[in-house]
Amino acid sequence: MTEFARSAGLAGPDAEARLRRRYAAERRFRFYGQAAIGAAILFLVFLIGSIVTQALPAFTQHKVAFDLQLDRAVVAPSGRAAPEDIRENVAGFYRLVREDLVERFPEGAGDASDRVELYSLATRLAVLPVAHDVARDPSMIGQTRRFWIALSDDLDLYLKGLVTRENVMTLGPVITVEVGRGDDSVVLTVAEAAAERIRANAPWSEPDRFLDGDPTVLIQAGDVVLKALELDGPEVKAEVLTGDLAAPNALASSPLTVRTIQTPETDRNVTDRQIAWTLALKSDGRIERRLNTALTSNADSTYPEIAGVFAALVGSLFTMLITASLAVPIGIMAAVYLEEFAPKTRMTDVIEVSINNLAAVPSIVYGLLGAAVFLNFFGLPRSAPFVGGLVLALMTLPTVIIAARAALKAVPPSIRDAALGVGASKTQAVFHHALPLAAPGIMTGAIIGLARALGETAPLLLIGMVAFVAEAPSGPTDEATVLPVLIYKWSTGAERAWEPATAAAIIILLIFMVFMNAVAVLLRRRFERRW
Amino acid sequence: MSETDEQASTSGAPPKGPVKVDCRSVDVFYNDKQAIFDISMVIPDQSVTAFIGPSGCGKSTYLRCINRMNDTIEGARVEGEIVIDGVDVNDPAVDPVLLRSRVGMVFQKPNPFPKSIYDNIAYGPRIHGLARDRAELDGIVEDSLTRAGLWEEVKDRLASPGTGLSGGQQQRLCIARAIAVNPEVILMDEPCSALDPIATARIEELIDDLRQRFCIVIVTHSMQQAARVSQQTAFFHLGKLIEYGDTETMFTNPANPKTQDYITGRFG
Repeated sequence: MTEFARSAGLAGPDAEARLRRRYAAERRFRFYGQAAIGAAILFLVFLIGSIVTQALPAFTQHKVAFDLQLDRAVVAPSGRAAPEDIRENVAGFYRLVREDLVERFPEGAGDASDRVELYSLATRLAVLPVAHDVARDPSMIGQTRRFWIALSDDLDLYLKGLVTRENVMTLGPVITVEVGRGDDSVVLTVAEAAAERIRANAPWSEPDRFLDGDPTVLIQAGDVVLKALELDGPEVKAEVLTGDLAAPNALASSPLTVRTIQTPETDRNVTDRQIAWTLALKSDGRIERRLNTALTSNADSTYPEIAGVFAALVGSLFTMLITASLAVPIGIMAAVYLEEFAPKTRMTDVIEVSINNLAAVPSIVYGLLGAAVFLNFFGLPRSAPFVGGLVLALMTLPTVIIAARAALKAVPPSIRDAALGVGASKTQAVFHHALPLAAPGIMTGAIIGLARALGETAPLLLIGMVAFVAEAPSGPTDEATVLPVLIYKWSTGAERAWEPATAAAIIILLIFMVFMNAVAVLLRRRFERRW
Repeated sequence: MSETDEQASTSGAPPKGPVKVDCRSVDVFYNDKQAIFDISMVIPDQSVTAFIGPSGCGKSTYLRCINRMNDTIEGARVEGEIVIDGVDVNDPAVDPVLLRSRVGMVFQKPNPFPKSIYDNIAYGPRIHGLARDRAELDGIVEDSLTRAGLWEEVKDRLASPGTGLSGGQQQRLCIARAIAVNPEVILMDEPCSALDPIATARIEELIDDLRQRFCIVIVTHSMQQAARVSQQTAFFHLGKLIEYGDTETMFTNPANPKTQDYITGRFG
């Protein structure tokens, strides 16, 4: 310690203890900061991770190939083959699909309930893309073409392994097959060891005998699928779900795949027979897992396998365009006037307090306002992005005004003095100097406001943007919905397939938001570089 | 005839050249508070007039009356007449914006626009339409920078930002910016208070050069600076003009004992 330190009371045990405490306090503070940031990053990673893992199944989809013979009588039954007639003729195309299914699985052609079971492999509306393809290229009429049609969402989930727990094992081929021992069933004789493994994997309530409500054991060989009913030594008594046992070597030639579907038939949305048909189609090579293009190109639907976010995306885009083109210029002009020109009076104080309060008003109140003023008083169209944009612009305005005022306040007054000093008018000083310097800050505020508007649901519900919209809007006054409302609706969907679809829609919304912010950041960079 | 006029005349401040600015009984109020009390003075053309006085004595306020910069301060009110070339600047018919193009100003802290050096100079001529084409504008920029003694230093980097220059260069840039619009009067509000002695010396040289063409009024805290650059000096105290006269007389033989005390450093 130097003389100076001692004389100033900076040495000695007291001083050293003080110094240690000061260093400790600084280290502690740094640790708190790092811990806070670490926690934030952890939560973010967890959030993104859980959304992405949930959404991944929705980005792919199982599709079934159908070779459809596009007879004129079916495609254009009334004789008219204009594109719009073909597009409308969903029933005709679906009939082709049904006929094809019945031809492949004659056992499903029995009574009405059989047919419903079989036909629900593909929903009616899933043939819409086929109708559109043919409408676009009518020269297909009269030919046989292969189309890939979305598999029903429940079977799709089954194939993705999301709804049922399933054990799969492969065994050697059967030794003998005996058909019709008094009933519809068949008796397979398999190797001792194979029978033992089947028995071990059949957790039935009564040993060796399947009862309703037990897990299903499916035995597949090629395109023949059987359901095990009784086990007796090396003999397996089974019911034929699909496949032609009469075909030469149908069973004996191929190895057996035995699946134990842990979820009992009564607890799932797909029947054993539907699973059997799906497996048969798969062994035909007619089922493929493909990219789910419907998700980004289709409008909303009541069927998850053909529902998409496209219409909502367009609706969001229109809504944001309206919001941005109203809220940003009006907000900036209001801020410029209040900050640079308005005299500081009681009136401007009241206005300032009101703006600050409006920024804190719950968004649903703006929805009520929009419903009362824009819809009821002005009679503007319901569910339209134009009205949604107006409401969200009202909601965003205070945020933009507050941010723009803060940014203008941060511009040093010396710049305004400099401009006035060389003979610029007040307006020139503001628009040539203060406003451009405040632009990055204003932009940041506008981004925050618009990002909040993009994710807003509540006010839009009240002006009817929750309506089911089956087609993308072609203008801001068409009926539309927006992404957050779509996410809300999908998340309340009863079917299990909505869950990954909802997560996928959230990811699309996030991408939209990141894209919007990136554009704004780029713009801001450009502005900043000019000085 | 007021007391200050008497003082001014008794202390011997006969304008050496023609009168440029004639201030008659100027009062300034900030809301209810009076900051300037009935000050009259004549400022001659083509010379440097220094305002000295302790902080808060009103010399900057008085300076800002001359180009009506006080208009931008809320609650400020100016009474009395300030006549430049026969026109009262406070006349409602006078446009303050045009006035400021005739009465330029340099501020205490260098405040170049955050733009290129070229655009800093060109801004004034552009908004006043002083140049018909790009070549003429280039000429004005070069001429102003040359007169501010900055041309040689920046001629190769006119496109780089004015804020990247050193403090002294920035202040000379501000002076160049002020003279680019061809003013008749240049007001300088403590132009060297943020600069080091070398930069200060350069600015003082520049002020001495500019005196040939302009009427310069400079507010300064440095008595030495006032003595070095000015021909007339006015001493302000508590919003009143105590003494106004020839710089040499003021510093060697002041009439008022307060001036004497201030100059010799006994207060202020």
